[in-house]
Amino acid sequence: MNRILTTDSPRLSYLDQSAVVRERFEQMKARDVLLEVRHVDKVFRTREKETLALSDISFTTHRREFLSIVGSSGCGKSTLIRILAGLEEQTSGDVLLDGQPVCGPGSDRGMVFQSYTLFPWLTVKKNVMFGLEINKYGPVESERQALQWLQLVGLEKFADSYPHQLSGGMKQRVAIVRALATQPRILLMDEPFGALDAQTRARMQAHLLEIWRKIDITIVFITHDLDEAIFLSDRILVLSAHPGRVQELIEVPVPRPRNTAQCFSPEFIATKARLEELIYSAEPEDESEYPVVPRLAEAADNVE
Amino acid sequence: MQVRRKWFQVGRPLPPKLSGVFAVLSFALPVSLWCVVSYVPFVWHPQILITQPGSVDYLQPGMRMDKSAFAAAEAEATEQQKALPKGVPTNPIYLPAPHEVIRAFYTAFTTEPQSRDGSWLHESLWHSIQIIFWGFVISSAIGVPLGILCGAYGPFARMSEPFIEFFRYLPAPAFGALAVAILGIYDGPKIAIIVIGTFFQQVLVIANTTRKLDLTLVEAAMTLGTRNSQVLRRVVLPGILPDLYRDQRILLGWAWTYLIVAELIGASSGITWFITQQARYQQFANVYAAIMMIGIIGVGTDMLLARLGRRLFPWDRSLVKSDA
Repeated sequence: MNRILTTDSPRLSYLDQSAVVRERFEQMKARDVLLEVRHVDKVFRTREKETLALSDISFTTHRREFLSIVGSSGCGKSTLIRILAGLEEQTSGDVLLDGQPVCGPGSDRGMVFQSYTLFPWLTVKKNVMFGLEINKYGPVESERQALQWLQLVGLEKFADSYPHQLSGGMKQRVAIVRALATQPRILLMDEPFGALDAQTRARMQAHLLEIWRKIDITIVFITHDLDEAIFLSDRILVLSAHPGRVQELIEVPVPRPRNTAQCFSPEFIATKARLEELIYSAEPEDESEYPVVPRLAEAADNVE
Repeated sequence: MQVRRKWFQVGRPLPPKLSGVFAVLSFALPVSLWCVVSYVPFVWHPQILITQPGSVDYLQPGMRMDKSAFAAAEAEATEQQKALPKGVPTNPIYLPAPHEVIRAFYTAFTTEPQSRDGSWLHESLWHSIQIIFWGFVISSAIGVPLGILCGAYGPFARMSEPFIEFFRYLPAPAFGALAVAILGIYDGPKIAIIVIGTFFQQVLVIANTTRKLDLTLVEAAMTLGTRNSQVLRRVVLPGILPDLYRDQRILLGWAWTYLIVAELIGASSGITWFITQQARYQQFANVYAAIMMIGIIGVGTDMLLARLGRRLFPWDRSLVKSDA
């Protein structure tokens, strides 16, 4: 369906930006560079062989930018975000946050994982307080702030519940504010909505944008869902697979504020077409590997 | 048929009512088997309990003899046309009937010790419980921290686990003589045997439990600013606590199984001393009662600890599922 719509408006390229969008990007780029990744390589060594997972990754992110990273599976996007978080070390190259090299994990880079990583032994409130207490806030101040954060995502009623009593979407909302509570410079999100059902997912996307609008936070967001990437991001970093390389850094021409109706706008469709072209053309044709299924049903008994 | 047997499938949960029925059956079946063997005269009963010796001079009332020997004595008396000996079929003395054992549960506590240096049953039991307690506490004091360290940090694991893996195959009772030589003949060597029997398993089991902790929790804590030195206390320990508690419950059961061997070492003591004494005087009802008491104490503590665990770890789903 998207392809048909694309041919309906062949003249619009994903590179064409309306004046409003262009102005927004100029504004964004005028802000300080928050994250700078320079020539990062990552090699995984096992006894038998070396695998180059990431090769010469370079990009910059400005303060309050929403950057998505997309790519087919195996492109190393998770490895990249783990390097940004400091959970893994790059083999060579630099990661600079506010000009300072990143060394190990720290509360200046919050992270939200796909698997809900709430601490099961702590209540929702205590989960949010965890980072605050670690960072030397007293218990009273931590609790006050934690409750405020919970209010932000509408979960103050569940402050004393345990994580296992929450739904997936609620857990992820807690995980987001837990990461935000320590007031990191950047929020790293590794397919955070991947395990949610479609409806919850859409609501979480809108809610995340709302949070991002209101709080001074920069977001790096990993996803394999192209619609999600376009809907959320200012810019999309497309990685190719084996090894992971930067294919293109796309500026999303869809104007903000975003809404779901924009999915059918020419800018959206053009961007998606470009992303599909980049990601799926690079991949070997997978479809040829599926065999043709011989007919086993009766000849006259057709369903299509 | 299919409708009725829905629960008889792999992985199907039992309806609660049936689950209770089966739980009762698990005890009722062996007990009823015991009753049948004890109370139905034509089932087993390989011996004859003499009620009247008749003319056979080597028989006495209350004596037990094999059926074949009794038949021979009977035949001899018949041949000589003398008074026949009389008797009833009975089981060997080492298999008392259920009611005798039940009576023994009461009388064992009310009977005075048979020798002057003997002790009452409750004193023996209490002594055994103390041995178990100290053995388990000493083992846990070293085993639990070491197990957690092994599970959390590679160097600890590599440096201790190969040796422990080797050592746990050495049977604890084999160290009995050594323990007596070092620790004397009283409680020392007994506690030592329980420690040896428990400790090595404990380290390995707890190390494994620690390894099963979801590492993304550690990573999440690190991204929240947790320092390396805080991870053990703030994430690993609370994360494994419910499982650790479950392990300890299982290991405590393990410690109990070493009790009898341990108490035989050096000067026999505790419930083991009671059992061996009663067996010597052929008070087998008391022997069974004492053995069952060990079981009751063991299961009782475990049920208490399970209930306590549910209180202590309200967030633990697996505990709710397995014990409910």
